[in-house]
Amino acid sequence: MNSDPSHTSISALTREPIVRVSGVSLKYREIRALDDVTLDLSSGQIIGLIGPDGVGKSSLMALISGARQIQIGKIEVLGGDIADAGHRRKICSRIAFMPQGLGKNLYSTLSVYENVNFFGQLFGYSRDELNRRISVLLEKTGLEPFANRPAGKLSGGMKQKLGLCCALIHDPDLLILDEPTTGVDPLSRRQFWELIDRIRAERPLMSVLVATAYMEEAERFDWLVAMYDGRILDVGSPSYHMEKTGAPSLEEAFIKLMPEEIRDGHREIKIPRRSSDSAPVIIEAKDLTKHFGDFVAVDRVNFRIERAEIFGFLGSNGCGKTTTMKILTGLLPASEGQAWLFGQQVDAQDLETRRRVGYMSQGFSLYSELSVYQNLALHARLFQVPENEIPGRVSRMIERFGLQRAINSLPDSLPLGVRQRLSLAVALIHEPELLILDEPTSGVDPVARDHFWELLIKLSRVDNVTIFISTHFINEAQRCDRISLMHAGQVLVSDTPAAITEREGVSKLEEAFIGYLERATNSHYSDSDREADKNMMNLTPSLEDEADGRNQKSFWSLRLRRMLSLSRRESLELSRDPVSLTLAIFGSLILMFIMGYGISMDVEDLRFAVLDRDQTITSHNYLLNLVGSRYFIQRPELTDYEELDKRMESGELSVAIEIPPNFGRDLGRGIPVQIGVWVDGAMPQRAETVRSYIQGLHVQWLADRATHEQGSDVMNSSATVETRFRYNPDVKSIVSMVPGVIPILLLLIPAILTALSVVREKELGSIVNLYVTPVSRLEFLLGKQLPYLGLGMANFFMLVALATIVFRVPLKGSFLTLTIGALLYVSCSTAMGLLISTFTKSQVAAVFGTAVLTIMPAAQFSGMIDPVSSLQGGGAFIGKIYPTTYFLVISRGAFSKGLVFGDLYHMLGPLIIAIPVLFGLSVGLLRKQEK
Amino acid sequence: MRIKNVYHLGVKEIRSLGRDPIMMALIVFAFTGAIFSAGKAVPETLQNAPIAIVDEDRSALSARIVGSFYPPHFLPPIIINHAEMDERMDRGLDTFALNVPPEFQRDVLAGRRPTIQLNVDATRMSQAFTGSGYIQSIVSQEVQDFVQRYREYYRPPVDLALRIRFNPNLNKTWFGSVMKIIDQVTMLAIVLTGAALIRERERGLIEHLLVMPVTPLEIMVSKIWSMGVVVLVSCALSLTLVVQGFLKVPIQGSVPLFLCGTGVYLFAATALGIFLGTMARSMPQLGLLVMLILLPLQMLSGGMTPRESMPEWVQFVMLGAPTTHFVILAQGVLYRGAGFNLVWPQFVYLGIIGMAFFSIALVRFRKAISTMV
Repeated sequence: MNSDPSHTSISALTREPIVRVSGVSLKYREIRALDDVTLDLSSGQIIGLIGPDGVGKSSLMALISGARQIQIGKIEVLGGDIADAGHRRKICSRIAFMPQGLGKNLYSTLSVYENVNFFGQLFGYSRDELNRRISVLLEKTGLEPFANRPAGKLSGGMKQKLGLCCALIHDPDLLILDEPTTGVDPLSRRQFWELIDRIRAERPLMSVLVATAYMEEAERFDWLVAMYDGRILDVGSPSYHMEKTGAPSLEEAFIKLMPEEIRDGHREIKIPRRSSDSAPVIIEAKDLTKHFGDFVAVDRVNFRIERAEIFGFLGSNGCGKTTTMKILTGLLPASEGQAWLFGQQVDAQDLETRRRVGYMSQGFSLYSELSVYQNLALHARLFQVPENEIPGRVSRMIERFGLQRAINSLPDSLPLGVRQRLSLAVALIHEPELLILDEPTSGVDPVARDHFWELLIKLSRVDNVTIFISTHFINEAQRCDRISLMHAGQVLVSDTPAAITEREGVSKLEEAFIGYLERATNSHYSDSDREADKNMMNLTPSLEDEADGRNQKSFWSLRLRRMLSLSRRESLELSRDPVSLTLAIFGSLILMFIMGYGISMDVEDLRFAVLDRDQTITSHNYLLNLVGSRYFIQRPELTDYEELDKRMESGELSVAIEIPPNFGRDLGRGIPVQIGVWVDGAMPQRAETVRSYIQGLHVQWLADRATHEQGSDVMNSSATVETRFRYNPDVKSIVSMVPGVIPILLLLIPAILTALSVVREKELGSIVNLYVTPVSRLEFLLGKQLPYLGLGMANFFMLVALATIVFRVPLKGSFLTLTIGALLYVSCSTAMGLLISTFTKSQVAAVFGTAVLTIMPAAQFSGMIDPVSSLQGGGAFIGKIYPTTYFLVISRGAFSKGLVFGDLYHMLGPLIIAIPVLFGLSVGLLRKQEK
Repeated sequence: MRIKNVYHLGVKEIRSLGRDPIMMALIVFAFTGAIFSAGKAVPETLQNAPIAIVDEDRSALSARIVGSFYPPHFLPPIIINHAEMDERMDRGLDTFALNVPPEFQRDVLAGRRPTIQLNVDATRMSQAFTGSGYIQSIVSQEVQDFVQRYREYYRPPVDLALRIRFNPNLNKTWFGSVMKIIDQVTMLAIVLTGAALIRERERGLIEHLLVMPVTPLEIMVSKIWSMGVVVLVSCALSLTLVVQGFLKVPIQGSVPLFLCGTGVYLFAATALGIFLGTMARSMPQLGLLVMLILLPLQMLSGGMTPRESMPEWVQFVMLGAPTTHFVILAQGVLYRGAGFNLVWPQFVYLGIIGMAFFSIALVRFRKAISTMV
């Protein structure tokens, strides 16, 4: 870093710009994110974008990296227009982009090594070269001991270092880091910047573009771009900004740069001294410990907090602050140790204590579907504020926290600062004596943060409310009466900020904190640091030398390798997600099982009863006819019509038969008689079958009787119809269902899983790796498809096994032809999943959308129930182009009809055509940039 | 458990639901469009069945037979030759192939009782069985009409007075629309409660509730009653407005009795929703789980096909599912007009299963809630 500010500013102007932004504006629907931004950034420097959340820093970075599509204006990066896809392809291996959010572009179930390895493979290094690079980078960053830990289980600082490894694996010329240190402890932050410095020393021409909300950090950068509300306020070196505004620190300089109306009413925070009388202890923790499995989240923590004190917890993400607070509120039980609130031991069942505590969790938990007023009123009611006091209480809160204008708005429509005040109001609605605030100021701009602190100070000093607050902003810690520094579950020190600084013999609290952290992690970090320094000296040259070794392979083998590495990563991720994996493997088996038994068109075991008013041999003979049938089961006889009604209404009987008095006698005399039959029509399909059974049996009986008693064949018609039920001579439902269900299942589950795999990346943010790495859309989609194609085929074999072994449906035809058909068909179904994923944004939509879009046409128009030739109009058209139609013929042909390749090959053609069509559409619709 | 908390939390659930356009759209569609299409889309048993005829006789009688197949039951027959028959059937083009032998008419008139061969593709269960019955009677009828002038008409000595109860015309709209309501009650009860839980959990609102003087039991009961009421009210509206009003399906029994049964059933179904909500980590996972749970409940409970045609062990296992008893209750009351004196056992079963589900879900919810914060 350059220490001479005047020199820096001159060089920034004279060097060749690496990025030229001119007249760029960006809108998300109605919200303006960037407003006519023009900016030149020169090479070989660290350039900082500073400003609070939501001012357009991330948008600008995404545009420069090529991850987001430009709407208005022009951006040139590394000597070409970034809007030009050809140029983007050419330069993407010279840019590295690390998006905002801890480990946002990493794969949380993959280990450290697997993550870096995946990114390296995308840039086409040979295995040896890649392994060498990975070990250099992991050593440099001190991540080597954690190479096998899943990325999701790393601390915030480690995640960011891993992100940096992944970004640096291909020696970029432009490194774009979006808030890389937000939520990271000061020591890790310092180590992060030292790492960047070392890398820059090694590669002096590399430019780094960084966004940050920490002004302390920005003081170290070469050049700063101050942004607010989508516009650039000013540009220049840190000292230039401070000189211009006459402010002693960059933080204050920035506040002064902000527009008048925002700053309105802002003044420097003054904290009245606490009266030094000893006050009662409100919170006491003694050896508080919490384990999650073998992970110790909180390790023997001790502290005491007195009434009306503002007590701060300072530490990085994941150091145990939140867990400690949750133990105190009774949300989590402590594994060991004890804690007292108001002198009573913390008890999760104790609802009385809860009434005296106000809690504000991370990320402002508000009901986003309820208005500001409803949120406040609901909380008042849940705290059992008497109903008649609620309106007064709520309006006092609204006035005190300046929420008058937002009273009927929904929380999501409010600016972050207002939402934060609402959240505090909600926590205070029941007038608690103790407030527990978990990182209440994250992401809020400095002016709103100061305003929030004014409210806190008033609560403490005027209303005597005890405040226990956690933060990772050092300047907020400075305002607390006392603070605890927390690291890796342990409290390192607990005292007033001044005393801590004094004891360490340094001038700033941050330095004191770093001192404590360094001692706490002594063996660990400094060793690896020293080691890393040594390694760098040795390895630097070779890292440079072989930088271009990656381009020697042929274009196609590179593409193939990239695709395979995507597939490998996808399989690894899938194998670590139990719910999806279970669904992938057993889902179709379970469904086939259900459908095999559930969709039965067999009608048997019908319960019938008789009202026999004749009771002669003839009537018994008639009934024998029914009893002998395998379709009917006889129930106790009926005695009258009332019973008949009742037993049919209850559903006990499907059929009731009445034989009239004198049936036998009349029949013998040739007097016409009538037998009454009632069939339960509640299930029409079944009733229809029952009717034909009864009619058939009746005709049979008549014919038998005629032949037997009269020796006549009058009942026989002039011609007979001989019915041959082919392929399934017993007309068993299961034989017909199973080969029909297989195509549906091989469509549904592979399509859903494939669609989910793409949409999940969209939702989690790792899709950005598609935007900014050399991966092409074709490689991305094929790489995604391959594992699910494999799974689909595994499913196919299991389904065939289930069908033949459990359901005993014989496979009469060619298994090979069926397998070839299945391979082509599963290619189609996974491609359909990809196609659907290109236009769905959320995973929920992907699940339900895919289910509806695949099942409907497959079940209704593809010949599963009614043959396609029965369909007309739109249905017939869908039936003719839908792949399921053709695989259904193959499946039924191979299973039931005993067909072989020669009979079925012309059904493969349409499937072969469908694959490139579906795939081409997916590639065409997938975006290589965010819109 | 404080009733006031349960009430306020439940009101909050209903308000939240009201502001969720996707869920509202799902509820509205589930109880209008889906019911309507289920009522209308169920095809008649035999519709446009494809039939091919090999006419080796080419007589007046065979022409008469060919002419007797027409829509809506059959597609106009395709005349093919003997060689084509097998191939067309292998490719699934025809469900039926009728073979009229040479000299058929002459043999009929001579009283030699010739045989017509009917080939049926028995892998098409939906058409094969009823269709072959239709064809047999059509052919016999035609032959009989043809020979009537040569022989006297025979009258059978015993007449069969066959009546279909509850649904005399076997109108499938009646069946389809009411059964769909049952499906939708199950689906929404599970999805709404599961989603209500996951929505709170994803936004960290569960822990927010737990620092207030509110117990897990209160949280769970509030979700159950609020989502249960939403489903019950939409079900009642759908039954009266869509099914009775728009589709004009006559309901035999007492609608209030059915709704009481639905209320008891919802107790079990919403508890199941809570249970699944604690199992799934996110909404998409809930979606996948629901698919695996919902399908067996719908298909094996007897609402789609009769229970007695399932294997006995499946029937037995499904007695543990509340949906089975609800289907029995609904069919009894709505189709057959059964009163409480006939369906009270179902109320008892539903109550017992509901209590069991509720207790299991509560235990699971209490346990899972500590991992949610």
